[in-house]
Amino acid sequence: MSFAGECKRRLQMLLHRDEFQRELDEELRLHLDLRREQQVARGAAPEAARQVANRRFGNVTRIRERSYMAWGWNWLEQSVRNLKYGARTLRRSPSFSVLAVLVMALGIGATTSLFTIVRAVLLRPLPFRDPGNLVMLYEHYRQNTGGDGFNAVAPGDYRDWRSQTHSFEDMAAMRGYGGIISGVQSELPEVVQSAGGSANLFSLLGVSPVYGRTFTAAEDQPEGQPVVLLTWSLFQRRFAGDPSIIGKQVHLDTIPTTVVGVLPSWFAYPDAKIQFWLPYAQTFSPADYGIHDGHQSMVVARLKPGVSATAATREVSALQYQIHVAHASKPVAEDVWSRPMIEDLAKDVRTPLLVLLGAVGCMLLIACLNLTNLLVARSATRRREVAVRGALGGSRVVLVCEQMTESLLICLAGGGLGLLLSLASTYWLAAHWRNLPRAESVHIDGWVLTFTLALVVTTALLAGLVPAVSSTGKGLLTGLRDTSRTVGGGSARVRLRKTMLAAEIALTVVLLISASLLFKSFLHLRTTDLGCRIDHVITMKFGLPEIQYDTRDKVVRFHEALLERLRRLPGVRGAGLVSVPPGAGPSGDRVFSILERPAPSYSLQYDAIALTADPQYFNVMQIPLVRGRVFTQHESLNNDHYIVVSKKFVDQYLTGDDPVGKHVRVVWDTKPEVYEILGEVGNTVNDVTKPLQPTMYFPILSGIPDRTSEATIVAYTAADPLTMSMPIQQQISALEPELPVYNALTMDQILGKTSASQGFAANLVLAFAALSLLLSAVGLYGVLSYLTTQRTPDIGLRIAVGAQRSQLLRLILFEGLRPALIGLIVGVAASTLTAQLLRSMLYGTRPLDPASFAVAGTMLMAVAVLACLIPAWRASRVDPIQALRTE
Amino acid sequence: MAALIRRDGDRDEIPPGTLYMLILKTLAVRGRLHGYEIAEYIQSSSYEVLQVEEGSLYPALQRMLVKGWARAEWGVTAGNRRARYYTLTPDGKKQLRIELSQFERVMGAISRVIETA
Repeated sequence: MSFAGECKRRLQMLLHRDEFQRELDEELRLHLDLRREQQVARGAAPEAARQVANRRFGNVTRIRERSYMAWGWNWLEQSVRNLKYGARTLRRSPSFSVLAVLVMALGIGATTSLFTIVRAVLLRPLPFRDPGNLVMLYEHYRQNTGGDGFNAVAPGDYRDWRSQTHSFEDMAAMRGYGGIISGVQSELPEVVQSAGGSANLFSLLGVSPVYGRTFTAAEDQPEGQPVVLLTWSLFQRRFAGDPSIIGKQVHLDTIPTTVVGVLPSWFAYPDAKIQFWLPYAQTFSPADYGIHDGHQSMVVARLKPGVSATAATREVSALQYQIHVAHASKPVAEDVWSRPMIEDLAKDVRTPLLVLLGAVGCMLLIACLNLTNLLVARSATRRREVAVRGALGGSRVVLVCEQMTESLLICLAGGGLGLLLSLASTYWLAAHWRNLPRAESVHIDGWVLTFTLALVVTTALLAGLVPAVSSTGKGLLTGLRDTSRTVGGGSARVRLRKTMLAAEIALTVVLLISASLLFKSFLHLRTTDLGCRIDHVITMKFGLPEIQYDTRDKVVRFHEALLERLRRLPGVRGAGLVSVPPGAGPSGDRVFSILERPAPSYSLQYDAIALTADPQYFNVMQIPLVRGRVFTQHESLNNDHYIVVSKKFVDQYLTGDDPVGKHVRVVWDTKPEVYEILGEVGNTVNDVTKPLQPTMYFPILSGIPDRTSEATIVAYTAADPLTMSMPIQQQISALEPELPVYNALTMDQILGKTSASQGFAANLVLAFAALSLLLSAVGLYGVLSYLTTQRTPDIGLRIAVGAQRSQLLRLILFEGLRPALIGLIVGVAASTLTAQLLRSMLYGTRPLDPASFAVAGTMLMAVAVLACLIPAWRASRVDPIQALRTE
Repeated sequence: MAALIRRDGDRDEIPPGTLYMLILKTLAVRGRLHGYEIAEYIQSSSYEVLQVEEGSLYPALQRMLVKGWARAEWGVTAGNRRARYYTLTPDGKKQLRIELSQFERVMGAISRVIETA
């Protein structure tokens, strides 16, 4: 008697249920007939025989039921009945059902979407070999004030770490890099992002190329054979997926380079924008490859089995301290910090993701509470029915299950719809979330489906259990005794509903306050004063290839010719050149000392953003001159040892003294150079999400190839700046036909780009908060309307004995506002805690910003009053005669 | 045994738990039978002492079909009526042996108790 055989028989029976019943009936009928014939044969009268047979046989229905139950499908039958019943109840009030399903779909869908992303970004292991043992190593300065303490690594440090530590299986380095890729005839130039990776990087991660090979150790030298590894996307896009490209040449920055391999399509590390990889060492000059004071690399290391990250970091940190001591006069960090690779990748999005997940969780909970409240109200109308059934011996479990089906149906429908919603919204979210790491791995899989199912069951239980239990509970007798006349019977239930209401409102308050904090911070970013002209400015970046433009003279000639052409262009009111325009994000900084004002100790490093600019840049961008003067045409070529500094520079390093004529010593590569300060200009903001930094401007007309060949045009235009982007590009190609231009952006767009991810999070939380507010208002309105309807006789009586309508209005209003007020207080208290969690996402906004709290509180109370006013007004309009008669 | 067997006129009801054994045994002896015949056979072969209730017989038969102890097929009675006939399966024979040995063990124990008393 195999179990499988039994299951098969049970299933077959289930599929042929009708036939089963027919056959059973026929069998029983035969039995009855035979029994009757037996009686007749014994001499009984036909009528008596029938009676005897029937009596002996007993209850036919009972036999049929028990025969059916033998097959064990009873529970299914019961569930189907419950479902039918539930569906019928829902169909009777379609507007309620549709609303409830939509609300749950929204909640479940949003939560599923966020979970999908959180799972892909934060939870799923990295697609590398044994990813748990991968850590990222960073330099850490003890005097570090800004940032998170994790600093990029110098190539010299990395090489020492790798050769002199024993805790790691291996250590690899990489750095972000740019590059122009073109064909062998320099055709189709294209500016793309690339990266330098050490020869062992790919084997360390466990990544094998699809075609060809990775780098050899011999190639991973500053002057090694030029080779390149293509990423899958570039391989497909530019080379049409033709593997014969392996071994052929392309031009990278006009250098003929051999393609040695193609990386697999899933490899999108550190981000999907990287188009090709160069050997790490080839991104340095031989002199720079060993330096300890130029920081740009990321180091990934694989721990030896059994070695803890802490112990390994301690070892490498001790080594770094020796390096620091050996280079005491240079900016070399004292310590090494590490963090797991998976955390490292998600560092910027972890908090926003968790905040959003929390927000949708709150919204789901509110939706759930709302549904509970509505179901409690509906179950109240069935109290007598339930009480009668209970009194007749209906099992409480059956009654509870029956009522639970309704919420289960709503949540199932909501979950199904929500899943569809999240299918669409997840990809939208992943695509529109700027710089979301591992966005390519976001997809809905079995785990996500399981999560959704669990969510459906949980919400159904949450929303259904309370009304079901409370309506089948102790008060069987009370339920029977209750008539529409009594009001007090439901007082416990009213308290329950008000508690849920208060909880709902508290959650809404938390969401509202979080949203208004985030939104205020976002507005702050959007409206940050960059310290320069924003309107009618277009920017455009280009980089002169250093092979052709290898002398100062050539670079300066290009820059001057370009500026002259641009200034003559109709529609351009002014044009300048700068290395990185304001608001465009971080740009390189330089360590320096002031000759007239030596730093008190080495550890107090002087450090400022280093920009290059042409004489007219300040005028074009309306950056005000504070003291002295800006550059002229004379500060060019070799007469370049002059700088202009920002006000912040003067305030921070010269305590506001006149900087003009003071001297600054800056280390470029290995040679220190002394510059004279010409003047002081107003501050400009580099990165709106970061505090203001001191800035030094070097003359771009020095033409030093590796410092000035990359530049951004800023043009102040008469009309819409975007319309000028083509004419400007034409001027560039007139000078240098194969020079690619990129990042043609207006200043407005630059600002929008830097604050986009903040705006994204803020807008999403705001949307969730608005929905929650709506849900709470509906909940408040629903509960109060229900209460008022219940109290109509009582109100009628009050009016009849002379209560003023205004008194009644106040009475009902207060009744509704009390849970709102309690919720508000609890919510504000909870928000003081949650706001601390938001701290890292807030710019220029304090976590306990009183304005945000006030706005959220006022908004909530206004909505609450509105939601209560309608039922209260209706109550005050009750006609006493009518009310007393309807009892 | 008074607690187990409720007297009803001159007939006794089947002691609980032994109905399956009786049906299985009946089928083993008589081969192919329909429900009425099974009931009649048990009654007559027990000299009219044991009366099978229809209310227990048919659910028990269904249960045996579920368990795979018996197979059912439609046939025609002597009176030319359609009837569902039950036959024993190999699993049913095995089950009958189990039930019999169990019953003998219990009966033996019970009679030992009665004899010593």
